This record gives sequence, structure tokens and C-alpha cells, in this order.
Amino acid sequence: MTEVATPGLELQAERAESRRGFLLGLPAVVYLVVFFVIPLGIVIAYSFATRTRTGRTELRDWNLEAYERLGESVVRAVAFRSLWIAVASTLICLALAYPLAYFISTRKPATRNLLLVAVMIPFWSNFLIRTYAWRVLLDSDGLFTRVAAEVGFGDGRILFTNKAVILGLVYGYLPFMVLPLYAAIERIDWSLVEGARDLYASGWAAFRRVVWPLSKPGVIAGSILVFVPSFGAYVTPAILGGNKKGLVGSYIVDQFMDARNGPLGASLSVMVLAVMLIGTLVYFRQGGRNL
Amino acid sequence: MAKGVARSTAEPMGWSKWLLRGHSALVYAFFYAPIAVLTFYSFNESQIVGRWTGFSMRWYGDFLENDNVQQSIWVSVKVCIASTLISVVLGTLAALSIERFRWWGQKAFDAVLYLPIIIPDVTMAVMLMVFFSETAEWFNVIPGVDLSEGLEKLVLSHVAFNISFVSVVVRARLTNLDATMEEAAADLYANRWQTFRRVTLPQIMPGVLGGALLAVTLSLDDVVVSSFVSAVGATPVSVYVFGMLRKGVSPLINAVSVVILAASMALVIASLVLERVTNSPKGPEEE
Repeated sequence: MTEVATPGLELQAERAESRRGFLLGLPAVVYLVVFFVIPLGIVIAYSFATRTRTGRTELRDWNLEAYERLGESVVRAVAFRSLWIAVASTLICLALAYPLAYFISTRKPATRNLLLVAVMIPFWSNFLIRTYAWRVLLDSDGLFTRVAAEVGFGDGRILFTNKAVILGLVYGYLPFMVLPLYAAIERIDWSLVEGARDLYASGWAAFRRVVWPLSKPGVIAGSILVFVPSFGAYVTPAILGGNKKGLVGSYIVDQFMDARNGPLGASLSVMVLAVMLIGTLVYFRQGGRNL
Repeated sequence: MAKGVARSTAEPMGWSKWLLRGHSALVYAFFYAPIAVLTFYSFNESQIVGRWTGFSMRWYGDFLENDNVQQSIWVSVKVCIASTLISVVLGTLAALSIERFRWWGQKAFDAVLYLPIIIPDVTMAVMLMVFFSETAEWFNVIPGVDLSEGLEKLVLSHVAFNISFVSVVVRARLTNLDATMEEAAADLYANRWQTFRRVTLPQIMPGVLGGALLAVTLSLDDVVVSSFVSAVGATPVSVYVFGMLRKGVSPLINAVSVVILAASMALVIASLVLERVTNSPKGPEEE
């Protein structure tokens, strides 16, 4: 750093520097204000707006009607169904991913990288097509259905049920769970486990008292990364799910498209947004940024 | 240091070791089996997807002759290139501005920049759809702009979520960079532009390319936002396929799907290779 004699000059230079930084960011700021902040504002405004008899949304006579309708039994049922499907998907992902992440992080570095890449490839491959692959498997004469019937799981038909949706969500979002869990488990100092074992902890006790608590940030981060998109899922239920009005995602879409009830669709969107914001805040609290 | 030594304690012993291995193998099978089955069936000669009657490339032939699919692929490619170029420039500038400078309101910008990443697809889609329908006439006042063409709206929407992803990737690269190189360049009388072009840019290039690949992937992958803002005549391939496969399975969709899947996997593998090449230029990794 160079010493500047006059504090006035220094301040001026600092201001110029800060202005330069602002100008660099300005195009992105303007873009996001126009194409993100304002659209968000309009949706929030819609949620307090009035629906005319013809189904138009008019920005006048602000009211809370759309929010009151969130308490209606139909809407509540949709929200709760989405909630339990998201919770079930998250728990299944956790149960599948934890042992896998543990396995990967205890391999030699070369093997580890290879195994990680094998998780990343489906993670970045086209989500729509991967979901569609299950549609093919679950079809009435699909492979899964026939095998399940052979093995004796009833007639093996789960397509268009909530089970199929959960299966699709688990398949789609499993990598979201594996990667943060891996990041958390990989950085565990294994000498702590060794210490526990030296003090006569059983393998299970060492896991429960040492490994699990240390991997918790990964568990929380992964759970949120799976829960949030599962709760608002639209594509998976549309392809694998049955009743079109089943879940929050498609219910919102219906409000804007078929039912022409903008305010209700908007208030539901705001609700989903709130769920996601709370989830993200918890995520950052848990140091998720580092994962 | 002690990590490698103690790692042996981490490996469970006896039957639980084999349980862990078996489980992991099954999860990998779960990841890849559906993709393999889909690929397998795309070479099926039969009209009926689930019944194997023999090897055939006829569905790929159909795909090559299907004008609608081809047209939609071109829409996707155009939207993807345009939105990636714009979002890479804007996202990189945003990353530089946040990481290398301090200015009033920066914290708020940082927070807003994260939102498009975490917002659910459906909410983003609804926001943009409502926005375009409310403001269409204002945009059309600007000479040369006509948003009734779906292509512009698609590009604008994809940029809206891609700026954030690009800037996150570039920022990750910038934070790990040594700022002393830039200072050294300045000491040697390089002006700002020269410093940026000769010192900063080459160093953040892997981040910029990584961000670009991410933007390409996300743009091609997007279904929900695109299906809300696309207009007739400008349907991207993801939306077109989504519409087709909601109606049910067909051998033609299988072939189209395998092509899309192969393209997206090629992209991922390219980006992983690129990352490896650029991130570890010298010597083997530590450990």
C-alpha cells in the first residue's frame, strides 16, 4: 500500500474506486431489478389484488382474500400432500445417500474422485429425460412393473401414484443429498474416531457419538437441497404422478392457466417462496455456504 | 496429516463392510439402470416400447425426419447461445464487482443475486409469465423490440436465472485467487484494462468457462420457465419433449431422449475434464 499524504485525496480515491465497482456491477443490477425483482413484486402485488368475475386480475381494491383461501380444505390438502411427499423423498434420499457418501469418502483419493464423478454425471444430465426414463420403466409393460410383479409386489403398478412421484423425486434429487454429505464426511478428522475406539467405544457408538454429529451440517444442507425443490416440484408429478391437481407446483400452474385465479396462484407462490426462504436461511446458518 | 493414517478406522469391519459396499453398488445401479434401459429400448424395433422385438435404428431415422423436433432443437440452440453469452458477461462483471470492490448497496445486491438460484422453478416461471403479460405493451414501445416473438422472451428469462449461476462460479474462482498478482501488474505500470486482460482474466478463465458450461446446461435443461414464456412457433426442445411425453411413452420420444441425454452427458464430461485440466496444472493432488 502506498502512503497518501492528504486524507482528502485518499478519500477521493476510495470513492472513485467504489464508484468503479458499482459501475461494473450495474448491468447485472439493472437486469436483475427489471427481470427478477419487478416480476417478484408483481406476483406479490397479485396476491393482494382483486379477481374480476371474468377471471382477470386487477391491481385495485387490495385485500387478503387469496391468503384466506389458503386455509380452505382443498388448498390445505394440496399443501399437506406436497409436504409429506417432500418429507418422504428427503428421508429416503438421506437413508440412501448417507451410507454411499460414507463409502465414497473412505476410499483412496483416486477411487474417490471416480466415484464422485459417477454421482455428478446423472446430477448434471437432463432432468426431464431422467424422469422420463422412469416412465418407461414403470409403464404397464415396463421392465420394473414386470419384475415387481414376478417378485410378488402385487401387480407392480405404481405409475400415476404418489409412490411413483416419490420415486421420481428421489431419483432426481439424490445427488443433491450425496454431494453435501460427502463434503461433510470427507473433512472429518478420523483420528477422533480412532480416539473413541481406543477408549473402548464400539463401532456403532463411535459412529453415533463422533461421526454422525460431525456430519450433521451435511445432513441438514442435503435435506434442504432435496426438500425445497421437491416441495415445489412440477415436472416429476406431471410425468409420473396421477391426478393433475395433486401438488402445490401444478396447483399454482392451474390457478394461472385453467382456473384463471391469479391472486390465489400468487399467494400460493408467495407461500412456496416463504418455505424456500426459511429453508435457505437455515442452510446458511449451518454453514451451508462452505459445502 | 493424520487423516490418511486414521482412515483405516473409518472402514467398517466384517459383515457391515460388505453391507456398505453392496448398498453403494445398488445406489449406483439405481443411478444408471433407468438410463441404460431407456437407451436399450430406443433401439427396439417394436411400436410397443416394453416389448423387445429386435434391434433397429428406425426411430432415430424418424427423429431425423421429424421437422418439428429439429425446429425446436434450433430454437433451443439459439436461445442457449444468446442467453449464455449475455449471462457470462453480466455474471462475470457482477462477480468482479462484488469480490474486488466495496460499494454502497452491495450486500443487498449479493442477496438478490442468490435468489434466482434457490427460488423454485414454478415460482420463477409464474413471475416471468405475469411480468411479460403485464408489461408487453411497454416493451413494444421500444423501437425494434417485439416481445410477441417467443425467442426474445426465452432469452431474457434464461439470462435472469443464469446470471446468478455464472457469478457464483466465477466468484468461487476469484476468492481463491491471489490479489498480489494484480497489484504487481499495477506496480509495473499496467493500466486497469491491461491488468484485467493480461492478469485477472486468464486466471479466472476456468471459472468463466465453468460458469458458461453451467449456463448452457441449465438453459437446455429448463422446462418449467420456458414452457411459461414460450410462444407458439418458438418452442424449445425441452418444452416440446415435455409436451410429447406427458401424453405417454413412444419409441420416437425414446430416441429423442437418448439424443438429448447423450448431448447433456457429453457437456458434463467436457466440463469435468476441463475442470481437471485447469485446476491441477502441476503435479498430482495432495494426499
